[in-house]
Amino acid sequence: MSLRIVRPGLLTTVQDRGRFGLQHLGVVPCGAMDAVALELANGLVGNPGDAAVLEITLLGPEIAFECDALVALCGAEFGATHAGRALPLNRPVLMEKNSNLKTGRATLGSRAYLAVAGGIALPPVLGSRSTYLPASFGGLQGRALRAGDRLPLIDNVSALSLKRYQSLSSQKEAAGLRSVAWSAPALTLPEREPIVIHAMEGRHHAHFDAAARRAFFDATWRVMPDSNRMGFRMAGPALAREQAVEILSEPACLGTVQVPANGLPIALMADHQTTGGYPKIAEIAAADVPRLAQLAPGGTVQFARCTLEQAGELRRVLRQRMDAALRSLAWAYRK
Amino acid sequence: MYAEFGETGGTAASGGVDLETNRSLQALAAALRARALPWIRDVVPALCGIAVHFDPYHAELPAPMLPYFESLLQEAFKSASKFEDTGRTVDVPVCYDQVFGLDLPEVSKRTSVAVPEIVKRHTGNQHLVLMVGFSPGQPYIGGLDARLSVPRRATPRILMPAGSVAIANAQTAVYPYETPGGWSIIGRTPLRVFDPARDPASLFAPGDRVRFFAIPRTEFEKLK
Repeated sequence: MSLRIVRPGLLTTVQDRGRFGLQHLGVVPCGAMDAVALELANGLVGNPGDAAVLEITLLGPEIAFECDALVALCGAEFGATHAGRALPLNRPVLMEKNSNLKTGRATLGSRAYLAVAGGIALPPVLGSRSTYLPASFGGLQGRALRAGDRLPLIDNVSALSLKRYQSLSSQKEAAGLRSVAWSAPALTLPEREPIVIHAMEGRHHAHFDAAARRAFFDATWRVMPDSNRMGFRMAGPALAREQAVEILSEPACLGTVQVPANGLPIALMADHQTTGGYPKIAEIAAADVPRLAQLAPGGTVQFARCTLEQAGELRRVLRQRMDAALRSLAWAYRK
Repeated sequence: MYAEFGETGGTAASGGVDLETNRSLQALAAALRARALPWIRDVVPALCGIAVHFDPYHAELPAPMLPYFESLLQEAFKSASKFEDTGRTVDVPVCYDQVFGLDLPEVSKRTSVAVPEIVKRHTGNQHLVLMVGFSPGQPYIGGLDARLSVPRRATPRILMPAGSVAIANAQTAVYPYETPGGWSIIGRTPLRVFDPARDPASLFAPGDRVRFFAIPRTEFEKLK
C-alpha cells in the first residue's frame, strides 16, 4: 500500500490541515496553502479532515501507484493524465495498481492537492504530518519529495472511502477512467486577473501616509518570484510610513500583510512566522487566503477593503458552497 | 487594550515591554488555555501583547465574534492568577570566543564595555524568557544588563549560524536555526534549541528563567 515518486516536480510536499497549539513556542502552523482544495480533496475520497495529502506546486510530479487507490485531485490544473487519458479533476477516481499519474505544468492556479483514500501514513510530528521545510521536520524527513521516495498509505480507510471505492470498482470500465459523472466546483482558481482579494485594515494601517493607505487598495500588485510558502512578496508602489516608529515583535496571523522597510508588502501564508516586527497594513479575509495561494509568481491581485462582518459573510458563503459540493457528491453516488 | 486581528484571531496589546505586563500576559494565556475552548487553536503571549488564533470554520465558533472575544479576554484577565513563572531555570552554556561572537568587537566599541566585561555582565544577570516566536523555539529573553543595550545592526546578516546568542535593545535571542538576522552576535551555545523529536521540543518556554554561563571552545566542541 504505497505511492512511489517517479518524478518529483518542482516542489511536492506532504501537507495536512496544519500544526496547531504550539505557536507560543514559535512552531509555525504550516498546512496546505489552499485549505479549500485540501478539504474538498479529502472530502471527495471520504477521508477525515485531518488526513495528509500531497501538495503539488507549479510543475507537477509523476506518481506510480503500487496498489489500487481511490484518489481526488483538486486545486490548480496541471494537465494530469492517467494511462494517456486526461484525469478528471475535483471528483473521486479509481487508480489501478501499477499505473502512473502524470502531471505537467500548472495551466490555471499554482497548487494542486492529491488526496488518496486513507491518507498518507507518515508519523505525525508535533501533531501534524505537514512538512515544514525551513526547519526540516514533518512530512517525509522534513523535505520536498524526491524521485524514488515511497509514501505508505493508511490501509484502514473510513467506511465512506470503502463504500466509494467499492462502488467505483464494480463499474464496468467504459471509455474513461472509473469515476462518477459529477465534479465539485473549483472554488479557488484565478479565473481572471487581477484577482480581487478582500482585506481589512491592519493594526498599523494608520501608521502609513495617506498616499500609501490609498495605494494599497488602489494598486494592482504583482506576486514576486521570490514568494514562497512563508509569504507572498508583492511588487507595486512602495508604501511609506508617516513616521518610522519601531514596532515591537508581536504575533502574526495567516493572511497578515506586513510592510518591511523597503515598502513592499508581504502577505503571510501557511508557513508564516508566529511573530514579527514589521507594521501590518492589512489582514486578508480568511475566505480569500486560499484564492491568493493559487496565484502563481507574476500573477496580479487587487485588494478590496472590507469589514470584519463582510469577511465573516464571505467565509459563511464559502462554507455553504463547500458543504453543498460534498452533499451533491453523496447524491451522485446514490444514483 | 483590545484590537482586532484579522478574522481568525484577536489580539490585545499594551504600550511597551515591561516585565510586569509580560508576566500578566503569560498569566492571561494560561487562563485562556485552561478554558480549553474547542475553537481556539493557539494562544500566543508575546512581548507586550497576546494573540488568540481560532478555527474560523469551527461549528461552535461564537458569532458575532468581536464582543464575545472582548468579554472572554476580560473574564480571563479577572480569573488569571498572579503570574507564576514556569519554575524552570534553563542553564545555557555559551562560548563567547571571538570565532563565534562575531560582533563582540563592535558591541564593545558601541557600549565602551571591554569584551571580558561584556561576558561578565551577560552571565552575571538572571534573565527571563518574554516570548518564544518567529521560528520554532526562538526565545526573546529579557533582563539584559542595561550597559549592553545596542540597537539592531543597520545591515542584517544574511546568515546567523544556528545556536548564535545575540543581543539587541534590552534582549538576548538564541537562534535555533540558520536564519538572516539583525541582532549582534556575542557567542554561540552548543545546545540544540529546538528538536521536534525531544520532549519538550523547545528548550525555552515563555516564563522560564535563564542563566548563561561561559564555556571554553574545548567544552563547546565536547557538548556539540
